Amino acid sequence: MNFDKMNRRIFLRSSVLAGAGLAMPTIFTSRAWSQEFCNAPTGSSVVLGFNVPQTGPYAEEGKDQLKAYQLAVKHLNGEGDAGMLNTFKGSALKGNGILGKKVEYVTGDTQTKSDAARASATRMIERDKAIMVSGGSSSGVAVAVQSLCQDMGVIFMSGLTHSNDTTGKDKKANGFRHFFNAYMSGQAIAPVLADAYGKDRRAYHLTADYTWGWTQEESIKNATEALGWETVAAVRTPLGAADFSQYITPVLNSGADVLILNHYGNDMVNSLRQAVQFGMRDKQANGKNFEIVVPLFSELMAQGAGDAIKGIYGTANWDWQLDNDGTKAFTKSFGEEYGTPPSQAAQTGYVQALLYANACEMAGTFNPEGVVKALEGFEFDGLGNGPTLYRAADHQCFKPVLVVQGKESPRDKYDLLQVVKEVPTDVVTYDPSIFGGELGPVSSKC
Amino acid sequence: MAILRNDLVRLALFALVILTMPIWLAPIGAAYPDLMQKIAIYGIFAIGFNILFGMTGYLSFGHAAFLGVGSYAAVWSFKLLTMSVIPAVLFAVVVAGLFAAVIGFVSLRRSGIYFSILTLAFAQMSYNLAYSVLTPITNGETGLQLALGDPRILDRAFTDAGSGIPPPNLLGEELSGLSGFFFCAALLILCFYLAMRIDRSPFGMMLKAIKSNQTRMAYTGFNTRPYTLAAFIISGMYAGLAGGLLAATDPLAGAERMQWTASGEVVLMTILGGVGTLVGPVVGAGVIKYFENIFSAFHEAKLHEAFSFLPDGLENFFVTITAPFVGEGWHLTLGVVFMLIVIFLPGGLMEGVRKIRNAFTRKPASREETGRLAPAE
Repeated sequence: MNFDKMNRRIFLRSSVLAGAGLAMPTIFTSRAWSQEFCNAPTGSSVVLGFNVPQTGPYAEEGKDQLKAYQLAVKHLNGEGDAGMLNTFKGSALKGNGILGKKVEYVTGDTQTKSDAARASATRMIERDKAIMVSGGSSSGVAVAVQSLCQDMGVIFMSGLTHSNDTTGKDKKANGFRHFFNAYMSGQAIAPVLADAYGKDRRAYHLTADYTWGWTQEESIKNATEALGWETVAAVRTPLGAADFSQYITPVLNSGADVLILNHYGNDMVNSLRQAVQFGMRDKQANGKNFEIVVPLFSELMAQGAGDAIKGIYGTANWDWQLDNDGTKAFTKSFGEEYGTPPSQAAQTGYVQALLYANACEMAGTFNPEGVVKALEGFEFDGLGNGPTLYRAADHQCFKPVLVVQGKESPRDKYDLLQVVKEVPTDVVTYDPSIFGGELGPVSSKC
Repeated sequence: MAILRNDLVRLALFALVILTMPIWLAPIGAAYPDLMQKIAIYGIFAIGFNILFGMTGYLSFGHAAFLGVGSYAAVWSFKLLTMSVIPAVLFAVVVAGLFAAVIGFVSLRRSGIYFSILTLAFAQMSYNLAYSVLTPITNGETGLQLALGDPRILDRAFTDAGSGIPPPNLLGEELSGLSGFFFCAALLILCFYLAMRIDRSPFGMMLKAIKSNQTRMAYTGFNTRPYTLAAFIISGMYAGLAGGLLAATDPLAGAERMQWTASGEVVLMTILGGVGTLVGPVVGAGVIKYFENIFSAFHEAKLHEAFSFLPDGLENFFVTITAPFVGEGWHLTLGVVFMLIVIFLPGGLMEGVRKIRNAFTRKPASREETGRLAPAE
């Protein structure tokens, strides 16, 4: 810089620029400290963030879940036929928004990737001032976003996440899960499998290689081995692989007579169809019919798998054909809105949104500290799953688990599953300490 | 001296534009800390990539591997040593530099497409290692995260472990939100300055000579290998720094950061902004991150709101037309933009800027000026 050319005008101009530059950062930090808690709603509306996969292997589930969230927002604001608001026992909801504030929402695409999901959730919290984030459809993503929400001081109501870790090893005080988990699936399905296929089976696991797959493999292994089964091998497959033939070929020569597919979403559709195309279900092994089991599946996946799903056993959190008031009310309003029956991903998303809204009403505040207190130990009914408890020790819901089977002769393309057994809550309840982890303190500051 | 003063002005302008991002990004809905951090961080990544691709002419398809390695190194520094970002970032740069030295030593034996394929293969190997084989170090698909029970030896030596996980800090100042952005922005400006110095140095001249004709360089008696290797390592260290900053602003490292799509993204950023220019890669990074975060968040209700000034029929018509390009379709928009730019502005957005400026001054730019604006061409 050439200082001998400095005159009054240049001096003034440069000092104004420098001053503005130096003062600028303070403009943005000063307002952050005035809030009582993170993103406290000030106007006449409150923003919820719905973060679901719209691309990637779980996109179908994510899109259906997003529809349910949009329906929940309508019902909370008193539009439409109010759906499960009418059947929700223990509810403090009035159908005029939450605490009198109109509910608005923002959406994001997690791309079924932790990084993208966290970026999208951060945008919702920082830019759109979302007070709660909900979503998931992949446990890896749910765990990542849950820890982000804990750090940023907002509530996370997880959507479809089935890993034991979400409310086990990686549980957080600000995170809550309505969906069931892999441990419950194992406890529910093992006796049914032993009845149907005998107690001396040899199982081969193909497992999606991330937190959900790992914990489901472990839970199913423990539950079936306790009944006398043997595990031949457990092979990990990458998430989002389109071709599973290289993993399926070795199964038939391994001495196993049951194939357990710990896959979900599009991965499960691909792996199951490929296994069936290999003619596995017509084969004999160890003098028995070769069988395939998919411990967790949903209507959307059954639709994708087509004929391959017939006769396959699995577990589900909820099914639209259940015979109770909440289910009927929800299926009706979802059907009227979108023309299809809701999936279990949709139901868990809808219920989580309602439960959050209800907790705010009960606490009389949006402050996460009050909301967490209201949700902990909350008992409710009429949301489609029967009597349910939100356990305080790990923020996990406890309710009956369904064992389902693919129908042999479906009436139409939505009538794909039949409920074989409704396993009562006490069979799937466990001691919260078995998975380790700790909730830590509730955080409410940005 | 004239060139040096021009560079100072350019650096000051660059710094001003970067530091005032919270103001001028506000009208387009992008002035929130996380996105601005990402723009600054990926700006560093792209500047580093440009040192290898734009100056030296080596197209690496595996640069995301260094980004990932940097992230893992930084998170491990948080877990084992301290929540301070300074050791984390240094550690990230050093580890990524060493990693780049190894990969560069092997890959740089070939040039052109063979070099690209080698780097792609190495990156894919690193991704698969991080994804499943090295799960104890990387925690696989779930990603490496901080836990309450981490040792954090240096922190524990001075203070008790509080309840909850402490956020990363810079000399005691909590590094989240806008302070995180200003930290990244300061490093981006520093990186920009370094890249500019490299560009103007004899070393930079050598790199550009390698780009224009490596064989001729070899005939004149120069051993080009040390120069290309140095460029590769510098570029890898830039990527490592970016990875370390990603972890510093959001302490989590996932294997998908190393995936080939992430490597492709930085190539897109550089080409979109302008290969071989200094500012171009940063512009490209900004545009792509903006699309990824803002366009993917639009949904139909928002579109109806945006077109609500039109009569009903027209409104629905426009919403139907635009809906596939926003939300989950943001990749489609990005693809169209990328095609348009490559076809009509092969020099990237910076060429567009230059064309506009020439149109305004209404005279062809002097020879010296064009030479300076596109130094590597």
